[in-house]
Amino acid sequence: MSDITRAEVCVAACADLFLGAGETLASPMGLVPSLGAKLARLTTEPDLLLSDGEAFLLTPDGVVEGWLPYRRVFDVVAHGRRHVVMGANQVDRFGNQNISAIGDHARPSRQLLGFRGAPGNTVNHRTSYWVPRHSPRVLVEAVDVVSGVGYDRATGPFHDVHRVVTNLAVLDFATPDHSMRVVSVHPGVSVDEVQKQTSFPLVAQDVTETRLPTDEELELIRTRLDPEGKRDREVPA
Amino acid sequence: MRDKRMTADEVVGEIKSGMTVGIGGWGSRRKPMTLLKALLRSGVEDLTVVTYGGPDAGLLCAAGKVRKLVYGFVSLDSIPYDPWFKRARETGAIEVLELDEGMFQTGLRAAGHRLPFLPIRAGLGSDVLKYAPQLKTVTSPYDDGEELVAMPALRLDVALVHLNRADRHGNAQYLGPDPYFDDLFCLAADRRYVSCERVVETFDGPPQTLLLNRMMVDGVVEAPGGAGFTSCVPDYGRDEALQREYATAAADLEQWPGFYERFVG
Repeated sequence: MSDITRAEVCVAACADLFLGAGETLASPMGLVPSLGAKLARLTTEPDLLLSDGEAFLLTPDGVVEGWLPYRRVFDVVAHGRRHVVMGANQVDRFGNQNISAIGDHARPSRQLLGFRGAPGNTVNHRTSYWVPRHSPRVLVEAVDVVSGVGYDRATGPFHDVHRVVTNLAVLDFATPDHSMRVVSVHPGVSVDEVQKQTSFPLVAQDVTETRLPTDEELELIRTRLDPEGKRDREVPA
Repeated sequence: MRDKRMTADEVVGEIKSGMTVGIGGWGSRRKPMTLLKALLRSGVEDLTVVTYGGPDAGLLCAAGKVRKLVYGFVSLDSIPYDPWFKRARETGAIEVLELDEGMFQTGLRAAGHRLPFLPIRAGLGSDVLKYAPQLKTVTSPYDDGEELVAMPALRLDVALVHLNRADRHGNAQYLGPDPYFDDLFCLAADRRYVSCERVVETFDGPPQTLLLNRMMVDGVVEAPGGAGFTSCVPDYGRDEALQREYATAAADLEQWPGFYERFVG
């Protein structure tokens, strides 16, 4: 297959977030992470559990296999068999995330959603982030409000911020002080460009290129998971 | 058995300025909008409003009814942000207690169980505790010695919820996929009012869908369409056109009075 788009690379990178997850609830927020979770379920992680975003667990064929209203999602959060991929208005060097407010919380310059489940998610189970527009305004030195807990404030036995997937790169925190590191840059993107779009210095040793989706994955993405090509609106080519 | 049917205005007659009012539903789903409209028309003010917030939060802020808002988020679901809630926050018009949404549930459970608090891990390390210094932690008395958040009870004077069906005695049923937290709101409150699409003599469907029993309810209001424009499946989905109209007007102070007049009456 040819003409692989940036969005398709991001979908495969999101699918790879779930490698080894097994019978775990995948909770992707946003289109590209959702496509990634579904792709993982159809390929490498057939045991993954997927919600319809409302109250049901669905098989890839859309058959209801379970009931998971919000109150039971909270039970899974506390129980820990969940990997959430959240968005982030800001994410910082140590993986703190902000979806609450920009500026001073007492009187923000821009009110956002609120803490939502980010504080609970990040101290209970594996958490990753999806950033469709990697920029210095999103990748900040320190977030204005800590919604999701990063490594410099990590607490308790279950904190596990896994990766940040952006439209430019895949990043993680596998450094001695858990500061953010470039794992791979997407094809056509340089490490310099990723650094330029980030407000803090990134660790960038042994950076690889993000893998391309396989032919089988492309077929699934294009014909089964997203035939209308909505992914290209979330990540322009 | 008692007949608890009443009107929306009679419900609001039980609400006094300064009270703490819990509102059921979630985001822009199954909000008790008929009861809210009656509250908006009333002279009640200075409320502490406890909600998994949707347009209920925005409308009450718009009407100047809110002294303090307790929430985990405010969102219209298909529209991420509520313009009136944003404005109230960005102008410093309201006091807030912003919680993790699991902490919020735990606070309702503590209130329903008449406990001062329940422990939860959520909140540790985050700025929830920084902006709410009244929230304390507790150390496990067992060998693990883990520090946990002692989420205080979210006690309510009044709970307002909307379900699909109810009988005149206060038993009530949800027919959609998610009960949300309406039973917990009722257990956490001193006075509990449910509006419903239809008052019935007997219930169809499995008994597990009977979310509220009459011990948990003080008043029943028959209000067909009483959650609109938020969703109340399977009776109806969200009225996206009307929600867009709300959000557009809420973002434009010149359009707002006209919309508010038409919507609230």
